[in-house]
Amino acid sequence: MNKKLKIGVISILLIASVGISAWYLHHTNIAVLDPAGPIALKERNLIYFALGLSLIVVIPVFTLLGVFAFRYRETNTKSKYSPNLDHNAVAEAIWWLIPSGIILILSVVAWTSSHSLDPYKPIASDNKTINIQVVALDWKWLFIYPNDQVASINNFEIPTNTPINFEITSDAPMNSFWIPQLGGQIYAMPGMSTQLNLMATKDGIFNGSSANISGEGFSGMTFTVKASSNRDYVNWIRQLSASPKKLTVATYNQLTKPSQYNKVAHYSNVSPDLYNSIVYKYMSPSEDSTQSIDSVTTINNPKARDINGMVMP
Amino acid sequence: MNYVAGILGKLNIHVFPHDKVTLGAAVSIVLGGFIAILFMTYTKRWKWLWKEWLTSVDPKKIGVMYIIVGLLMLVRGGADALMMKTQQATSVGASHGVLSATTFQQLFSAHGTIMIFFAAMGLMFGLINLVLPIQIGARDVAFPFLNLTSFWLFAAGMILINLSLGIGEFSTAGWLAYPPLSELRYSPGVGVDYWIWSLQIAGIGSLLSGINFFVTIVKMRCSGMNLMKMPMFVWSVLGSTLLIMFAFPILTVTLTLLFLDRTMGMHFFTGGFGGNPMMYVNLIWAWGHPEVYILILPAFGIYSEIVATFSRKRLFGYTSMVWAIGAITVLSFSVWLHHFFTMGAGADVNGFFGIMTMVIAIPTGVKVFNWLFTMFRGRINFSTPMYWFMGFIGLFTVGGVAGVVMSVPPADFQLHNSLFLVAHFHTMIVGGVVFGYLAGITYWFPKIFGFRLNERLGRWSFWCWFIGFLLAFIPLYILGLMGATRRLDHYSASLGWQPLFIVSGIGAGIIAIGVGIFVLQIALSIIQRKDNIDYTGDPWNGRTLEWSIPSPAPFYNFAISPIVHDRDPFWEAKRQSNKDTDEVPHYKDIVMPKNSGIAPIIGMLSVAFGFGMIWHVWWLCIAALVTIIVVIIVRSSDDHTEFIVPAKEIERIETEYAARKAQAPKRRYA
Amino acid sequence: MSDASTPAASLRLSGTDHEKNSKTVFGFWVYIMTDCVLFASLFATYAVLHHNIFGGPSGQTLFSLPNVLTETLILLTSSFTCGLGILAARANHKNKVLFWFLITFLLGIAFLSLELTEFRHLVITGNSWRRSGFLSAFFTLVGTHGLHISIGLLWLVVLLGKIFSGGLSKNNLRQLTLFSIFWHFLDIIWIFIFTIVYLMGSLGK
Repeated sequence: MNKKLKIGVISILLIASVGISAWYLHHTNIAVLDPAGPIALKERNLIYFALGLSLIVVIPVFTLLGVFAFRYRETNTKSKYSPNLDHNAVAEAIWWLIPSGIILILSVVAWTSSHSLDPYKPIASDNKTINIQVVALDWKWLFIYPNDQVASINNFEIPTNTPINFEITSDAPMNSFWIPQLGGQIYAMPGMSTQLNLMATKDGIFNGSSANISGEGFSGMTFTVKASSNRDYVNWIRQLSASPKKLTVATYNQLTKPSQYNKVAHYSNVSPDLYNSIVYKYMSPSEDSTQSIDSVTTINNPKARDINGMVMP
Repeated sequence: MNYVAGILGKLNIHVFPHDKVTLGAAVSIVLGGFIAILFMTYTKRWKWLWKEWLTSVDPKKIGVMYIIVGLLMLVRGGADALMMKTQQATSVGASHGVLSATTFQQLFSAHGTIMIFFAAMGLMFGLINLVLPIQIGARDVAFPFLNLTSFWLFAAGMILINLSLGIGEFSTAGWLAYPPLSELRYSPGVGVDYWIWSLQIAGIGSLLSGINFFVTIVKMRCSGMNLMKMPMFVWSVLGSTLLIMFAFPILTVTLTLLFLDRTMGMHFFTGGFGGNPMMYVNLIWAWGHPEVYILILPAFGIYSEIVATFSRKRLFGYTSMVWAIGAITVLSFSVWLHHFFTMGAGADVNGFFGIMTMVIAIPTGVKVFNWLFTMFRGRINFSTPMYWFMGFIGLFTVGGVAGVVMSVPPADFQLHNSLFLVAHFHTMIVGGVVFGYLAGITYWFPKIFGFRLNERLGRWSFWCWFIGFLLAFIPLYILGLMGATRRLDHYSASLGWQPLFIVSGIGAGIIAIGVGIFVLQIALSIIQRKDNIDYTGDPWNGRTLEWSIPSPAPFYNFAISPIVHDRDPFWEAKRQSNKDTDEVPHYKDIVMPKNSGIAPIIGMLSVAFGFGMIWHVWWLCIAALVTIIVVIIVRSSDDHTEFIVPAKEIERIETEYAARKAQAPKRRYA
Repeated sequence: MSDASTPAASLRLSGTDHEKNSKTVFGFWVYIMTDCVLFASLFATYAVLHHNIFGGPSGQTLFSLPNVLTETLILLTSSFTCGLGILAARANHKNKVLFWFLITFLLGIAFLSLELTEFRHLVITGNSWRRSGFLSAFFTLVGTHGLHISIGLLWLVVLLGKIFSGGLSKNNLRQLTLFSIFWHFLDIIWIFIFTIVYLMGSLGK
């Protein structure tokens, strides 16, 4: 194959693959880059910002790599050759200082955004925040609406433009609760309760999953969130309240047994203290080694082991 | 019955693999081993193998053994990766692919563990063993017997982890085995125990190696080589060994605590009884983050050697480079929390660790610019090692940007545990570590074996790795942004992810071809070694001490201990070669350490000990431990661990080399 | 190119005893440093878990200070006799060396038996390592120190046997030096355990 043909074939291949990729990406949902709420939007913009700032270093690196490799190749005897050139204070100062400057800017952004996008921080809104309690089980998600005393497996609904406060725990190995189009994830851990504040500003059905390996059925731990009008939401809650399945202690203990690729299920009559009992059972002595719940009782100190400040000294 | 149970622990007839994939792998390993044994017996090489290799305390031979094990494990881990990719490309919608979820989870746990602990660490210690003593003008390491023991502990860990294929099962809890998933309650089998003990034994070997090379660098440099005259590779190994010394004890503790939880019913990381799983996550990453720098620093050193040699120029910004290594070494202990920003530790903590993570990018960036300016006004010879270097700069920069993006905690909330993260660390580890080690093997191969590797196949291998890498991992970046998490053995068809998984699988296949070509390259180069003989000992127009001695390097390295006056002593010596004197060298007797059969014995006893611990065969543990102690006592009482190489013998060997050098065709390079 | 040689240079690599001693002692110090990191990790673990008593007893109710004080005094004394043994070794008095290190050994045994008695008492009264995260961390931290002491004692027995039969050879002297470093190190670790685990535990901190 001669050189021209080679270049021709390679360029056609490249153009074709770029074309196919562009078509494909256009038709596929890139969840993280397609936010449906303010948190996901800000997080996406942070990604873009950090990426853009990094280009200040990346572009010179790639340019210099190409130029130097071509210009100072062995066969190009016309280029200057200085075998003993081994330092230059000004040049080195430049590449200590410029990256430092970039990192300084990015540090400020990291610090302020860590605070403004702290998952524990309530979202300001005119609408009243809805509280949803999330329990990761082997291998499904249980969503409890404590105020309405209803619960659902592997799917839930929320009204748009309403802040949602998730309290998250696990009655199984560690999982991570993630709805990319609404915002970043947080761990679900047994005996601990984490929080996540999210809000949807667009109608839609969003995918969520567990982002942390939790055993055999982990891949099936997906769920959907439907965001729509407040009326749809109220209807949905009403539908759940009328559900014949009641989430008693016995039903709950049954639910904790491992099962895979679970279908959506709805429950009524959920004790508002169920969640706290689940968190608390890992923290208090019980003769029962299987750690099932004996009864749901009101616990005065539900956040005794809040994850905040759990970092090692 | 109870009696039998006592003798065999948890072992019974059902421990052999049930599923076809694992069984096939186990059978092929056993067959391969059998063929190797037959070959060795047929060619009557057992004695040779034992005397010349398995018991050798020569760091060059130990290095070769490390590299052989490392490459084998690269193939094993690569096979795991290929099966995972096949599963992910086919397991969509109604189809659940070719593997069961459990097998898939064993595969990714084994892939990560094997690649880091046995492929990367093996290649790293291999290269350090090969090169470091020669580069500092020494004849050996500080503790030669300990060095061989370290290798055998590493080999013991490797044997244990591969035993899990045929006897029992491997962990399904991921390469870092987070509890409570890795606790007895959720992982009642022996898989996690295999993980614990193979890492524990290999980890102790690594710790001892770290100490050994640290002392070697501090105490055994030849005269004239003060700290600021050390080759950059030596500096990088110094940083790496320091990290090993501070990080590996943490790993030892963490693994022990997990073992105590599982075997003694303790409550360090269990959810209940006051145990705290997040403490494990903190501890394991307090080791785990430094570990990635342990691997990458020597690779940085290798790139520094290569770029200076092939640009025919002094390394640019040596002092900056040294400070950068120092900064990375110190800072690498202050960033571990970025592996779990999503734990919800609070904004202040996340902010702090995010900033520390970004800060570590500064010295790394400085190194990149220094490498680039080493090429500036050079005369760059594009031999294979330089290809790996160029590929490294490209990939490492891209991966670094991904890393900087993820160091912003709220951005990480969206990228953590996704395939974006997987793509990021593979870009760093493959593009940085693996490319570096493969470049290092190509670069130093002639010094050990006396002939160069085939250039054409080397380049082919590079292109396969590079293009395969792009195909395999660019889709993963995109998939991560689409919301695909890591370790999925199945996903819904409606997500539209399958095309990217298929492309990624094809990429992995091309990388596999690259690995195959690399092995083929070694095989073909051995067959055609006459064409590539390195007569002069200096095939690349090198700069540092290792190129001043003949190839293959004599077992004593230096007939006469060198004195250096420059950072590039050999380069300077060549420039001033007009005063090449006719003076007859005056050789002296050399004291060298004797080979030792005790180290392999300790290694094999460690396998028995670990196996006993895994299967609760307590008598085996006790027997192995007692024997190890006895063997160590015997060794420590041996006052005759060295022998003298007479000056006459050295003269004979050196004359032979000189004669060979005289036959050399004219130097290829100008 | 590297034909320059001086007597000093070839001496450096000829493995003289001095060279070997300095390498070995330095290497041993480096090992001690890694052991420090190991203990530091265990102390950190203990610090995290020592309030996690899970309804079980805390240190305040479990620890008996007089007992621990005795252990401490025994170990400190053993460190002192170990030092005297090293002085005797410097003076090349084989019998004195044997004597002082025998005392060190016996004190070590006494310390270990007191510790094991304490452990046994805890287990018998239902407060084993299975009881709570706190007790797991306690047994592991103190037990790891005890394991080091046991290894030290085993080492000492073997060493004394070698000195008894082979005298104060260079090899034996070097090992004696290493042993004394090890023993003093364990003493220091014990002071930390005494303070952090027992004293602060008894005060309910």
